[in-house]
Amino acid sequence: MEHLRINGAYWGLTTLDILGKLAAVDQETVISWVMSCQHESGGFGGNEGHDPHLLYTLSAIQILALFNKIDTLDIEKVSNYISTLQNEDGSFSGDKWGEIDTRFSYVAICSLALLKQLDKINVEKAVKYIVSCKNLDGGFGCTPGAESHAGQIFCCIGALAITGCLHYVDKDLLGWWLCERQVKSGGLNGRPEKLPDVCYSWWVLSSLIVIDRVHWIDKEKLVKFILNCQDKENGGISDRPDDAVDVFHTYFGVAGLSLLEYPGLKAIDPAYALPVDVINRIFLH
Amino acid sequence: MLGRIDRGEVRIIGVDGMDSDEDERQLLPLSQRPEWSDVTPVPQNDGPNPVVPIAYSEEFTEIMGYFRAVYLADERSLRALHLTAEAINFNAGNYTVWQFRRLILEALNADLHEELGFVEQHASKNSKNYQLWHHRRWLVEKMGTEAAVGELEFTKKIFLNDAKNYHAWSHRQWVLQNLGGWEDELAYCNELLEDDIFNNSAWNQRYFVITSHPGLGGIEATLDSEVNYTIKSILIKPENESPWRYLRGLYKNNMQSFVTNPKISTLCLNVLTSKVNPVFALSLLLDLISNGFEPNKDLKNAIEAVIPESNSQNSDISVTICAILEIIDQMRVNYWRWRKNNLHSQVAEGVANLHIH
Repeated sequence: MEHLRINGAYWGLTTLDILGKLAAVDQETVISWVMSCQHESGGFGGNEGHDPHLLYTLSAIQILALFNKIDTLDIEKVSNYISTLQNEDGSFSGDKWGEIDTRFSYVAICSLALLKQLDKINVEKAVKYIVSCKNLDGGFGCTPGAESHAGQIFCCIGALAITGCLHYVDKDLLGWWLCERQVKSGGLNGRPEKLPDVCYSWWVLSSLIVIDRVHWIDKEKLVKFILNCQDKENGGISDRPDDAVDVFHTYFGVAGLSLLEYPGLKAIDPAYALPVDVINRIFLH
Repeated sequence: MLGRIDRGEVRIIGVDGMDSDEDERQLLPLSQRPEWSDVTPVPQNDGPNPVVPIAYSEEFTEIMGYFRAVYLADERSLRALHLTAEAINFNAGNYTVWQFRRLILEALNADLHEELGFVEQHASKNSKNYQLWHHRRWLVEKMGTEAAVGELEFTKKIFLNDAKNYHAWSHRQWVLQNLGGWEDELAYCNELLEDDIFNNSAWNQRYFVITSHPGLGGIEATLDSEVNYTIKSILIKPENESPWRYLRGLYKNNMQSFVTNPKISTLCLNVLTSKVNPVFALSLLLDLISNGFEPNKDLKNAIEAVIPESNSQNSDISVTICAILEIIDQMRVNYWRWRKNNLHSQVAEGVANLHIH
């Protein structure tokens, strides 16, 4: 997984921060490694020596935000890289190779918002493209016509929230679709008739919170489900009970528990996927 | 042995360019292969105290060292192409390797049909890998319409193992929209739903076809047949979420027709009287009633029969429905309570006292 190490770092570090243990990591080492992942184009790769891509650029910005070091960046340079990836129809490509997906719309918008450079892109068109991916069930897919999927919904809702465009969302319809993701075990799936997975504890949950409908699920049952996915001997959280743990699911499980107000965890912002105090530090200066 | 130059085009023999001699040599570490003796591998620059250190195998470390060397030297050669294949074997998620492979394929003017074969080789193990699907899309974009049939076949193969593979569906939709091949798509959806009527991806594809297929005439033209199909499907498995949503979707901008179509209310009555899971039928009735539908005596009786104690003084059947749903779909009790509060009707004592024995 060395090609997405910077994502891994974001998942691990954000989890640590939610647990109040970010100081366990050497800030200087992390930041200098993150910066070594930056490409001459301004974008960041998944690891040192890798090609730049929006996905890793967001993780880099988020990691720097955790340490209150966004000013380490040449903001103009990163913003320009991101803005060049917007297409005519408002969509975003992940990198110069052109793959289009609403995930990239979210990543671009979240990145630029954290850098306070949203005016570098055509926000209206970006929103228009996202709305064109809205389906008859109120959900969103990766491209227009694609099946509604909780991960894509998180991206679209997050992007619409950040740009102040939630009025395009049918909150009641989508809220119902989202709360239907909760299955008997209390866990959440990502699409009808699929298995529950801890990562949906984030994507479904954060979406519900953004549209003010989180009370439509059974929170207690979900907490129990996430806690059951822990490896109590070695630590960490897996996708579902008794599977192997990984940092990805650990992050989403802990972040989900934070959204569910599990005691002892820092609050996390559902749209920016960073601790609330980090977001406040950026925006309430 | 590795290929021949033929009218400026390098033909790759075999999908990864190896013949049997090569297979043996492939097992040797790169440092022992004579054709790589001129290259010094470049180690990963992890720094003195790596963040999130990853334990790599020796083989992997070596291959990536050589890859970094050719990547940094921008060597777009046949041996570099083979090296990317080896690197992809170890880690198909390494997007930088895939991207460099594309640059090499372009530089060598390689046979893209062979490359499709390469992707197919990796597809079963990596069917959810973004890089693989993006590489495939890139190839097909270059090849154009001639690739359409092959791509529809390719995605069908993926669906044999996983009929809900999100990447494959995205690819298939893109192929249809950009290269055509719509003719049999609705029939294919039928096939998939016969295999698994719960396949939400297939239901989504149905909607995609009836709205985007240039020859079908849109929802208006297909409405009746689609409604009939959906009703049949619901009756087979009334607890199936997808067709209920699909039904609503068909009438999205046509609430009046939805409310007045007798088939819809008959469907709900059928489901309620057959004593199967009534949640979706009740929720649909709630929507209909909220839009002006007036259930007849049979329907009201069937609703109240779900929980006999619900036969309250309250003449507002929609309140009764909400009360029932709060009990039988307990996980979403807050949602049903919200629905009830939005009916703009008074909550009768009977409903307030409702409880299940």
